[in-house]
Amino acid sequence: MAKAVLMQGNEAAVEGALAAGMRFFAGYPITPSTEIAEKCALRLPQVGGKFIQMEDELSSMAAILGASAAGYKTMTATSGPGFSLMQENLGYGMMAEIPCVIVNVQRAGPSTGLPTSPSQGDYMQARWGTHGDHPVIAFSPSSVLETYTLIIRAFNLSEKYRTPVIFLMDEIVGHMREGVVLPDPNKLKINPRKTSFHDGAHKKCYYVPEGAFVPSMKPFGQGERYNVTGLVHDESGFPVNNSAIADKLISRLLSKIDDHVDDIVRVEEYQMEDADTAIVCFGGTARAAMDAIEAARAQGMRVGMFRPITVWPFPEKPLKARLPQLKRILMVEHNHGQMLLEVRRAVSGAVPVDFLGRIDGTVISPAEILANLNEKEAN
Amino acid sequence: MGNRYEMRLAGSGGQGVILASVILAEAAVDSGVTVIQSQSYGPEARGGVCRAELVLSRGTLWFPKVTRPDFLLALTQASLDKYGRELAEGAIVMVDDSLTVPEWLEGARLVPLPILGTARDAVGKLFTANVVAVGAINALLGLFDEKALLEGAMRRLPAGSEEINKSALAAGAALVSPELAAAFAQKIG
Repeated sequence: MAKAVLMQGNEAAVEGALAAGMRFFAGYPITPSTEIAEKCALRLPQVGGKFIQMEDELSSMAAILGASAAGYKTMTATSGPGFSLMQENLGYGMMAEIPCVIVNVQRAGPSTGLPTSPSQGDYMQARWGTHGDHPVIAFSPSSVLETYTLIIRAFNLSEKYRTPVIFLMDEIVGHMREGVVLPDPNKLKINPRKTSFHDGAHKKCYYVPEGAFVPSMKPFGQGERYNVTGLVHDESGFPVNNSAIADKLISRLLSKIDDHVDDIVRVEEYQMEDADTAIVCFGGTARAAMDAIEAARAQGMRVGMFRPITVWPFPEKPLKARLPQLKRILMVEHNHGQMLLEVRRAVSGAVPVDFLGRIDGTVISPAEILANLNEKEAN
Repeated sequence: MGNRYEMRLAGSGGQGVILASVILAEAAVDSGVTVIQSQSYGPEARGGVCRAELVLSRGTLWFPKVTRPDFLLALTQASLDKYGRELAEGAIVMVDDSLTVPEWLEGARLVPLPILGTARDAVGKLFTANVVAVGAINALLGLFDEKALLEGAMRRLPAGSEEINKSALAAGAALVSPELAAAFAQKIG
């Protein structure tokens, strides 16, 4: 077996991204994501990639879109305040169908909030931060090793669905070091950039071939001239003001995700086989839940964990499949109740959904979750 | 929540308690001990109270944060006054011997050692105090063999500082008498 190495969550994001083929990073360092920019500055030149420290997060997002259009796999990393600034160009990336990965290591907000404290308050922003009806894929890892493997998947799905993917980390995982045994790089599944040049009759850059759900990419600046815009566009990439074309384009942008939810969604279920109570949580919060479940089981409670790894689209189908066995759901998250809204929407009153959250910048402890479980058990 | 040995290293921002905890975590990984290291600091990187945390176990660890430390290192008065109040029963408290131990802490298992003085006078550089502390902690608690600790330290310390840090580790270990080590040795479960 390969040797375990001590690695921080933020470092694992970089190493995973490099393994996935990321060769361009543009960003503006911000706590608690700073180690990602630091590590990219060190590592990218070693592998022939480029690191640029930009003047702000608006331009960081613009730069990774531009570099991606030119053929690179690209990434940026930020935290809440920077993620807010990225929203306009994030929507541009979705409309122009430009693959890239945006890491948001969440900290307590709103605004500049508590820079060094953990939070999961950007969950809804990840879905609805940019305007208009748009497709979103977002993942949230709960360990250092999962940060590595999951960010590779973020790059893969970004290429497959030609869309920016949001990698929603939190300070708990970002700033945590663990011993990890990384997977053999030769055994990783990497989706290469699908490009096409001068493909006969279909030179139009946004032409979607029969049976495909996205156009293949033509590397910008490498011989083929085309237009990229955030406006509604036809297959040529040029803006049009035509309702039929608008409907067709936006419908395809949404359905390329909606029609492939089973491919995109991943959850972890822990001790759910006989559970009558499910703790729903994501990201670093899961680590307290795991300890709480162990303690609750030792007291005879039948508690399990349902953890969305894909946080957008919300894993509605796998959660609904568990409802017949459940008496209660406890949503635990470091915010004022955001994923809670999705859980309650999916559950539609079939099972009571309670909430345990924190907005003070401190971490929810296993003891707090256990106390909540005990209180309900006693009632 | 199983067997967890929780450690908190506290001092002033810039003293290197985070690096100290990372060196101990490196030694843990090399020794096959499950470890989670994390840190917490205020927006002010230098001067403010800074703490780093380690959880050690022979089993699986999930929750990464320290809630009631079994071991506390305090290098400054402010960090002792702040973190001395949040301890597990029977916790070991290693303090620099220049600190004033508050009355309410007198019942704890206190180990005052001349950490800062040793770094300044014996090693010759005050900035090695964090590495002196690592040597002393490992000798006191008997956590890892010296080779694992030294290799862990060398992976994380800046190139060119090998010799002075080697002597800092040794000077830290030398602060702990065999009697002291026997009385405070820990077994990670």
